[in-house]
Amino acid sequence: MLTLSLILLPIIAGLITLAIKGETAKTVALVFAFAELALGVYLYKSFVPDVTSQFSVSYDWIHSAGIKFSVGIDGISLILVILTTLMVPFIILSTFGNNYPNASKLYALILFMQAALVGVFTAKDAFLFYFFFEAALIPIYFIAAIWGGENRIKVTFKFFVYTLFGSLFMLLALVYLYLLTPGTHSSDINVIYQSAKGLEISTQSYLFGAFFIAFAIKMPLFPFHTWQPDTYQEAPTAGTMLLSGIMLKMGVYGLIRFILPIVPLGVEKWGFVAIILSVIGIIYGSVIAIQQKDMKRLIAYSSFAHVGLMSAGIFSGNLDGIQGALIQMLAHGINVVGLFFVVEIIERRTKSRELALLGGITQTTPNLTVYFIILMLGSVALPLTNGFVGEFLLLKGVYEYNAWIGAVAGLTIILGAVYMLRMVQKSMFGHTSTITEGFADLTFNEKAVLLPLSFLVIALGIAPNIFLKLTEPAVSQLLSIIK
Amino acid sequence: MQQIPDVIREIDLNYYVWFSTALFCIGIIGVLTRRNAIIIFMSVELMLNAVNLLLVAFSSYKADPSGQIFVFFIMAVAAAEVAVGLAIIVMIYRNIQTIDVGLLNKLKW
Amino acid sequence: MSLITLIPLFPLIGFLINGIGFRHVPKSLAGIISSAAAFASFACALTLFLGFNGQPQIVHLFDWITVGTLNISMSFQLDQLSLLMLLIITGVGTLIHIYSIAYMSHDEGFGKFFAFLNLFLFFMLLLVLGSNYVVMFIGWEGVGLCSYLLIGFWNKNSNYGNAARKAFIMNRIGDLGFLLGIFLIITHFGTVEYSEVFRRVVEDGYSSGDKTLFYITILLFVGAMGKSAQIPLYTWLPDAMAGPTPVSALIHAATMVTAGIYMIIRSNVMYSLAPETLDIVAWVGLATALLAASIGLFQNDIKKVLAYSTVSQLGYMFMGLGVMAYSSSFFHVMTHAFFKALLFLGAGSVIHAMSDEQDIRSMGGLRKKLPITFITFLIATIAISGIPPFAGFFSKDEILAHVFEHNKLMWAFGVLGSIMTSFYMFRLLFLTFFGEFRGTEEQKHHLHESPIAMTAPLMILAVLSAIGGFFNFPHIFGGHASLAEFMAPLFEQSALEHVAVDESLEIKLMIVSVIAALVSAGVAYFIYVVKKNVPLAEGQESGLQKVIYNKYYIDELYNAIFVKPITVLSNFFTSVIEFLVIDLIVESIGKLVKTLSSEIRLLQSGTTGYYIFAMVLSIAVILVWGLKSFLLG
Repeated sequence: MLTLSLILLPIIAGLITLAIKGETAKTVALVFAFAELALGVYLYKSFVPDVTSQFSVSYDWIHSAGIKFSVGIDGISLILVILTTLMVPFIILSTFGNNYPNASKLYALILFMQAALVGVFTAKDAFLFYFFFEAALIPIYFIAAIWGGENRIKVTFKFFVYTLFGSLFMLLALVYLYLLTPGTHSSDINVIYQSAKGLEISTQSYLFGAFFIAFAIKMPLFPFHTWQPDTYQEAPTAGTMLLSGIMLKMGVYGLIRFILPIVPLGVEKWGFVAIILSVIGIIYGSVIAIQQKDMKRLIAYSSFAHVGLMSAGIFSGNLDGIQGALIQMLAHGINVVGLFFVVEIIERRTKSRELALLGGITQTTPNLTVYFIILMLGSVALPLTNGFVGEFLLLKGVYEYNAWIGAVAGLTIILGAVYMLRMVQKSMFGHTSTITEGFADLTFNEKAVLLPLSFLVIALGIAPNIFLKLTEPAVSQLLSIIK
Repeated sequence: MQQIPDVIREIDLNYYVWFSTALFCIGIIGVLTRRNAIIIFMSVELMLNAVNLLLVAFSSYKADPSGQIFVFFIMAVAAAEVAVGLAIIVMIYRNIQTIDVGLLNKLKW
Repeated sequence: MSLITLIPLFPLIGFLINGIGFRHVPKSLAGIISSAAAFASFACALTLFLGFNGQPQIVHLFDWITVGTLNISMSFQLDQLSLLMLLIITGVGTLIHIYSIAYMSHDEGFGKFFAFLNLFLFFMLLLVLGSNYVVMFIGWEGVGLCSYLLIGFWNKNSNYGNAARKAFIMNRIGDLGFLLGIFLIITHFGTVEYSEVFRRVVEDGYSSGDKTLFYITILLFVGAMGKSAQIPLYTWLPDAMAGPTPVSALIHAATMVTAGIYMIIRSNVMYSLAPETLDIVAWVGLATALLAASIGLFQNDIKKVLAYSTVSQLGYMFMGLGVMAYSSSFFHVMTHAFFKALLFLGAGSVIHAMSDEQDIRSMGGLRKKLPITFITFLIATIAISGIPPFAGFFSKDEILAHVFEHNKLMWAFGVLGSIMTSFYMFRLLFLTFFGEFRGTEEQKHHLHESPIAMTAPLMILAVLSAIGGFFNFPHIFGGHASLAEFMAPLFEQSALEHVAVDESLEIKLMIVSVIAALVSAGVAYFIYVVKKNVPLAEGQESGLQKVIYNKYYIDELYNAIFVKPITVLSNFFTSVIEFLVIDLIVESIGKLVKTLSSEIRLLQSGTTGYYIFAMVLSIAVILVWGLKSFLLG
């Protein structure tokens, strides 16, 4: 029931928000987002760390086809549900300094998005997963296309078509798997796991390809990423946060939930290629980020590089890699939302995100500097910040898979420092420019976002075991399915 | 008094088939080559009647009345179609002073 | 809570108070809080030292990262090595904190500065206290962060910012090596705890020259290269002088840069079984020592000279490690901490008096105006030059004696290095404190001895620099080599064959190097005091001197082979691969659909007859297709 309310609450909240006109909409949305967070905390508290799927509910949806509305939460889902419930209140809060036209619609869309995301992460039915996977695309499309920047129409169109194109391959694969299930067919994920066992390696390879394209576009992985920097740049910051903070994790989650257990032989055969692509993405994204002029674009490429490491860790197929990917998803969500918010703050005050035009901001803003640096450190994976735990485990996973690939992937810690420090230095340090003159320090609302996020960066870095323990049983079980 | 099916059976079925095929083809050619909407309409009717004829013929030969029932339906539909179709043609004529279908290509692309 | 836990806790508390309360904590209090935190740690360390019974103690705080069978715990290990490091770090650290109160008193970022210093202490203490490689890595990266923050402390100046970034990134290159080393350790031993790893090394009977150990040690050494500024990753350290002088003294001379040496001594069990690595360590150390010393000969910035001197001395320490003279190297770490901190603080005192002037060509004759600074600086100079009976003499000669046993050629180069050391140090001393004052009138008017808060640490360090050698007074002079004895348990597992250096030989070697140092000092005296030579002005140098003055153009070289290509690559990726290859493919798929659709839609001509024709034709085709078998029989 808890799972169901986690999905339904944002929908109801979205509808209520839609009905409210004017300024109160944002407050209402925020209250509901916090209510959802409270549910998330309750979920975390009452979750028992073992292999079972908890808080499950199942209703017939399309009875004759064996398709059920069946949701439940295991350790892997839990991390992502926590991420979703945790980030949305901050994303909503981060928009408080902006006056968007038709604000109530924006907040409603954010809440709908949240519902769809929770749905993706909790779905235990392949068809339901696909449903939510696509449903999540609709709100974010409108958020970006309505409230985005100048080029929004062209860019969001590309984004929409591109990701939809990828998902269709997944649909194909799912239908194929569905038809393999015995009897009157069922799209239950566990049934699919069972019936996919013993598929021939050639079939698995095709299925692997189909799933991989869908998830690789969503994350995105090299070379399926060209929608990403443009979309991140053009979408309103709240949209960018949703996209990078939570939505790209749908792809990563898909790798763990679908590719690994369904087509293990395909992974064995083609995982190497996937890892190579991921690692190319890490290096490629980082190198591009080094010379970016626009802060948002820079973070977009950094996010691209980070997600490459997550995917490499998952395809290495060992406990460290997957555990690392899970903790890194949480960490990356926190960091990237924080960083995008910092960019947003700078853009609000100066109307610019161009590094060349900024500088010297730290002179008037000790608070912003501290938070920015903490988030930056999380992003460059300094020990005792959240980024380190994830990168450490991911790199170790990849290293165990192949030491040389691990070493190349490890370049991320060097290149990451290069572009992140450059961004901080160009924007915060040095002399003030004409537009950063008299830059005002954080307002209360802004602090209310950055303080908790920064706290989480450090807390998660010091006590990652809290989450690692929750996910380990589920991940071990998943690995035992593969073996 | 001779029954109508018996009358129909007096002619070999093959002739019906050939005849209605010929009628149908004439209808098709008419539809394809003529540009006047009314004549196209008449050609369509011709095709319908070719089919009707065939249906009646077979129905008689097979002693199965459902074919003839079907003919009634077709005739009813054709009548309705004529009513609507002619009305459309009249409307077109009022608008563009012609019923040449070659000029009615506004729905392209 | 045990004392061990308290040691890093105090600076952390200090950091939190000053960091969170920045601009709220009054200036007078900020410095005192930080210094008190440092001193409290020192007191704890001293208590532990006095009560130490020779048995390593491990304090387990909590499990940090647990994945599968691997458990990385946050735990501390107290043994001989960490105790000595603790004493050096907190002791020198406390003095530098006190010094900074006066030195930084006019700076608006006073509170921030002390917060960073405390944070640095925290990470440094974590580094030496950790009982496993990952905790060491926390400290390792943490001190890198503090170094970054403190080098770029005056962040308005973008050159300083660049220097800070350079330091962080070069350190990160080393850190990657360290990290890969840790992975290798985990895959082979399944644990990162020192005691477990070393036990496994001994019990599993790894033989000398084992490939695994070679890879592990060489990767760890890459980490040490970064942190301890060895070739090829040394160029960040001279640039790091952009930070405030006490920072240079604490981080870039006495403590952080010796982390690499600490790590190798810590891992001596593995290193002793990897002779190839040791050779590399020794030669890299030697090359660094010579290269840096030669650059130091012609530098004119007082801090740059000291920076190159630090790099050079670190090279000596690695050379010592390379010949398995672990305790001698550590001895040099200790004495170096004393005299190099003293030199930097002395330089700070001079810079303070000269109103932030750092060029020795504008100094001269300062010994009368700054008597305490002068005397302490002199002591440190003698100590670093290896002239008895001051600290540097004992430690450096111990290393050189071991090197001689190992390889005569290396020893000869080592002596050459110490000749250069003596020359550039005395050159610095003479140009700064002797002769006539060469600065502006205003500077001359302003000259003054520093306040007691600055001179007191100088004096304490001077005493330590003078007598530090007696901590490990060698047997040949009737001493007990007490430091070496104290540290001996650390090397029990590494099965060192103890080659007793021949006593008469050792004395001969000492005499050679002392004479070399003295002659070199004399030459410096002749050139800079008797002949009153002053280094040439900027851009006047020629030939070899110009090459050396410009640091062999190593920075330019790195720029050309690393920075430029990456920049070019980045632009290439952005503008060519990204837009002209990948995006073009994606876009052209879209374009293809668009083009096709614009062509195909022309079929929709709007002519009714055409549609009907198409329909009839299609029906005919379908009919023929369906009746194919019937028609063809």
